[in-house]
Amino acid sequence: MILELLISAFLVIAGVFGLVGSFGLIKLSDRMARLHAPTKATTLGVGGVLIASMLYFSFSAGDFSFHELMVTLFLFLTAPITAHYIAKSHIHRHLEPKDLPDTETDRGWASFEDAADHDPAHDQIDRRRFVPQGASRNGVADGSTQ
Amino acid sequence: MSLRKLFPHPLLTVLLTVVWMMLYNTVSLGVVVFGLILGVLIPIITSPYWPDRPKMKNFPMIVEYAVVVLWDIVVANFIVARTILFVPNRDIHSTWVTIPLDIRTPEAITALAGTITMTPSTDSADTSADRRSLLVHCLDERDTASVRDQIKQRYERRLKEIFE
Repeated sequence: MILELLISAFLVIAGVFGLVGSFGLIKLSDRMARLHAPTKATTLGVGGVLIASMLYFSFSAGDFSFHELMVTLFLFLTAPITAHYIAKSHIHRHLEPKDLPDTETDRGWASFEDAADHDPAHDQIDRRRFVPQGASRNGVADGSTQ
Repeated sequence: MSLRKLFPHPLLTVLLTVVWMMLYNTVSLGVVVFGLILGVLIPIITSPYWPDRPKMKNFPMIVEYAVVVLWDIVVANFIVARTILFVPNRDIHSTWVTIPLDIRTPEAITALAGTITMTPSTDSADTSADRRSLLVHCLDERDTASVRDQIKQRYERRLKEIFE
């Protein structure tokens, strides 16, 4: 009884947060703000379903499964990376250096710096660790049809 | 073939094997053996692409970091939900913040950027070309100095102890 209430509560919480996150996508006004809704509000949405599923299968069905943990792990790995890609393509396509704050260092933001400007002497870290400068620039194709 | 060459990344070997077992949800000989095969082959194949890995140290700090981040994610959900539902769009003050970085290891910066994206109303978007500052977008924030202090105090300080 208590278990069922608990599982139902988690499912309801999950549903509410999933709905709020999706609503945020249409409600918020600019692209960067919209990115906040699915990266956060939805985490608790998915998390709630996973906790409910774990509770149900562990105690009600007596069949504990690790799959919920795996889903959590993969979600935490993929959500920030997807958000980075969206933010970065937004910067490339819609923003200019003057839209962003100062970097407070000698160099500009990576999105706007050309490989030609690059002076390896600036780097204090071993170069071998990194993908070539400019790889991220080319990551967003310039096939703009706007 | 030395042991180091056979297991260039022992932790990754263990992780891959365990993840494989969890995906199958059973501990049978076949699953363990195949998991071990993957766990040995993948680090060997990928190790040339990842020289100078930082050594993860300070395991209690990793646990502490995970707990802090998980708690902040739960709080973040409520804050963002409140902003979405109850703050009219014209009152939402979205802004960019520059976070000067003390950490230098790319792996640590990646972890910090990912954490920022998952936690209270902030999204990381870019780094400066010399990887010395991080560009962060805040959903609704007027006091940017406090955001910067919180990120540096809560996350960067702990990551520095883990990675550097």
